[in-house]
Amino acid sequence: MPASPFALDIEGLSKSFDRPVVKDLQLRVKAGEFYALLGPNGAGKTTILRMVAGLLQPEAGSISVYGIDTRKDPLAAKSIIAWVSDEPMVYDRLTPYEYLEFVAGLWRVDARQAQARSTELIEWLGLAPHAHQRCGGFSKGMLQKVALAGALVHDPKLIILDEPLTGLDAGSARQVKQVLLDKVHAGVTVIMTTHILEVAERMAERIGVINHGRLVAEGTLAELRTQIGRETTLEEIFLDLVAQEEMDADGAVSDAA
Amino acid sequence: MRFAPAGMPWFAVHEARLMWRDGVAMMTGGYPARRVALLIFVVIVAVLMHLLANAIVAPWLAHGIAPDKPTLVLITGSGILFWTVMLSQALESVTRAYYARADLDLLLSSPASSHTVFAVRTGITALTTLLLACLLASPVVDVLVVHDGPHWLMAYLVLAALSALSTAIAVLITVALFRTAGPRRTRLVAQIIAAIIGAGFVIGIQAIAILHFGNMSSRFALFSDPQFVAAMPDAQNLLWAPARAALGDWTALVGVVALGAVALAATIAFAASGFGQHAIAAAGVGQQRIEQRHHAVAFKPRSQKQQLRVKEWKLLARDPWLLSQTLMQVFYLVPPALYLWISYGQSAGTYVVVIPVLVMATGQLSGGLSWLAISGEDAHDLVVTAPVAAAAVLQAKIEAVATVVLVVLTPIIVLMMFASFQLAATTAVFAALSSGSATAIQLWFRVPMRRAMFRRRQVASRVSTISEALSSIFWAGTAVLVAGDQYLIAVLPAVLAVMTLGMAYWLSPKGKRV
Repeated sequence: MPASPFALDIEGLSKSFDRPVVKDLQLRVKAGEFYALLGPNGAGKTTILRMVAGLLQPEAGSISVYGIDTRKDPLAAKSIIAWVSDEPMVYDRLTPYEYLEFVAGLWRVDARQAQARSTELIEWLGLAPHAHQRCGGFSKGMLQKVALAGALVHDPKLIILDEPLTGLDAGSARQVKQVLLDKVHAGVTVIMTTHILEVAERMAERIGVINHGRLVAEGTLAELRTQIGRETTLEEIFLDLVAQEEMDADGAVSDAA
Repeated sequence: MRFAPAGMPWFAVHEARLMWRDGVAMMTGGYPARRVALLIFVVIVAVLMHLLANAIVAPWLAHGIAPDKPTLVLITGSGILFWTVMLSQALESVTRAYYARADLDLLLSSPASSHTVFAVRTGITALTTLLLACLLASPVVDVLVVHDGPHWLMAYLVLAALSALSTAIAVLITVALFRTAGPRRTRLVAQIIAAIIGAGFVIGIQAIAILHFGNMSSRFALFSDPQFVAAMPDAQNLLWAPARAALGDWTALVGVVALGAVALAATIAFAASGFGQHAIAAAGVGQQRIEQRHHAVAFKPRSQKQQLRVKEWKLLARDPWLLSQTLMQVFYLVPPALYLWISYGQSAGTYVVVIPVLVMATGQLSGGLSWLAISGEDAHDLVVTAPVAAAAVLQAKIEAVATVVLVVLTPIIVLMMFASFQLAATTAVFAALSSGSATAIQLWFRVPMRRAMFRRRQVASRVSTISEALSSIFWAGTAVLVAGDQYLIAVLPAVLAVMTLGMAYWLSPKGKRV
């Protein structure tokens, strides 16, 4: 595997649907970092992460995960990435154990190792009483925990989460956050989108703000405060940055007219 | 016109609007511009169906239609065949009224009366059953009106009465299932009953014909058999009232229509009070947790493809919805199997009859299973983000489907081999081609959807549905000609099958998938 100080290195990434969604994006996330990607609805966050996970094809630019070009060697890149979306990717008619066995098989994890790791994850996430029940009747929080266990069972180096805390109760959310922090402490890189700004404020080492498919600001919380020139909450910083970017965009349109 | 909110007419207008918009959206695929094309298509199909009906009915009319016993037996027998399909359709619609959650939670949480909601939805079910019946029966009825007189228009009122009756029976079956089998099993049992009713009577008549006449020439042959007709009650019996009503007997018509209307009204009155309770119980089904019996955790070392295949088989085996759909497909394999059993030891020539049925049924079964395995992927993102080549994923899923088809088909092929190795081989080859074609079409038109959307399979892409049906028919035609040693003519349907596949591939949304 090529040595790279970056878990994720995005250069000139672009993607359009009926309109440009991601425009010439540059983004770097260091290995072992907890990175939060923020932005208003429709800013392009999910599209960026889906391209990194291999769920969408970029139109231009490159994505490198731990030095592996995701377009040249997608399978090698996928083998070290875990993707967790806001809609848990779980089969209604499989039990958590069966689901984890399936996921481990897809990632070629040794059966005995996968079994031990699954038991550990099921205990860790408080799923033990439901481990042999089909996922069909599970609550959103339980499904999200099963999906998270699936993401962790193959021991990924980069975990990408799109709004993982949406719809979770306080207890489940705390459990998921703790699992992610433990993983970061163990050297895993976590990139997460969230609309819950307190979570980003407390957990993320660096924060990127996306609007109209561009990275409008990036840095630690202190760096972002310096950038807007006042000591305030992440919410205020976020709203200021987005409003400023909107004004700049409107100004550019007026100038062009 | 505005009706008082939350009243029966208000709900009826609301339901009718939703039904109309849903129907138009499904038929036009969301493109309003296609409405004109759709209208032209409907007119062409209607004309063709009327011409076909004319070709079938005209010879019968040449001898004149008298309301005698043989005529009443023939009309009633055919009518019962038709009515079982209506009952099957009504049962599925009624079950959906209890289980579909689209807006039921909103309605049941509102202060509107659940009795009213139930009455309207039951009425809509009767109406849709009638529309389906009219769609299928109108060419024959219209031809009869033109050739024999306007009294045949009464047949439409008989159809309305039969729709009401089938809806009433469907409601009673559903309520009885809720009380006996419970909300968790009602939907599955109702679907199986619907499948058995829909196919069972047709197959039963065919089975009797096979046992009685020793061939599969026509399921209607039984109704014309003098011995069978002689064994039936005399012409004045109440059993023939619907047939007499369709033939223009006013007294019978009033009786039949009254029976349908009273049955529906009484059933609504009887079942409405329990509707809210049953629908709420049905809503709780999704929340129930099903414990797997085997608790021992032992992860088996499997390759990526094996994992994918095992997952597909587990999901197929645990899907009650699919079970009823598969049952329907496998059910159609019963008459050929029965025929094989009856004909065992006879000359191989008689087996030619069963080959097209097997080839077509295999195509349909493969199409359904392929959709579930290829498009109906509940964790699409998971599979796409796994370090498995997309081609390997598809290969594993196709292998999973092919194995199931093989398990269903092999016993029949083996049975055929005892009589004629050549015909067994022909059936196997063309069943494989039919199955492969249906799978390929599903592959080209794959659109990730949740498995629960299986009902939408037929309308997700008209091109794929029509191509799948046509390829099965053409391969069945080729098979029967090859089996009859008509090799030169067999080239024609084979070419048509290949052209159908080529056209489907050309129209498929290539390059739009990850």
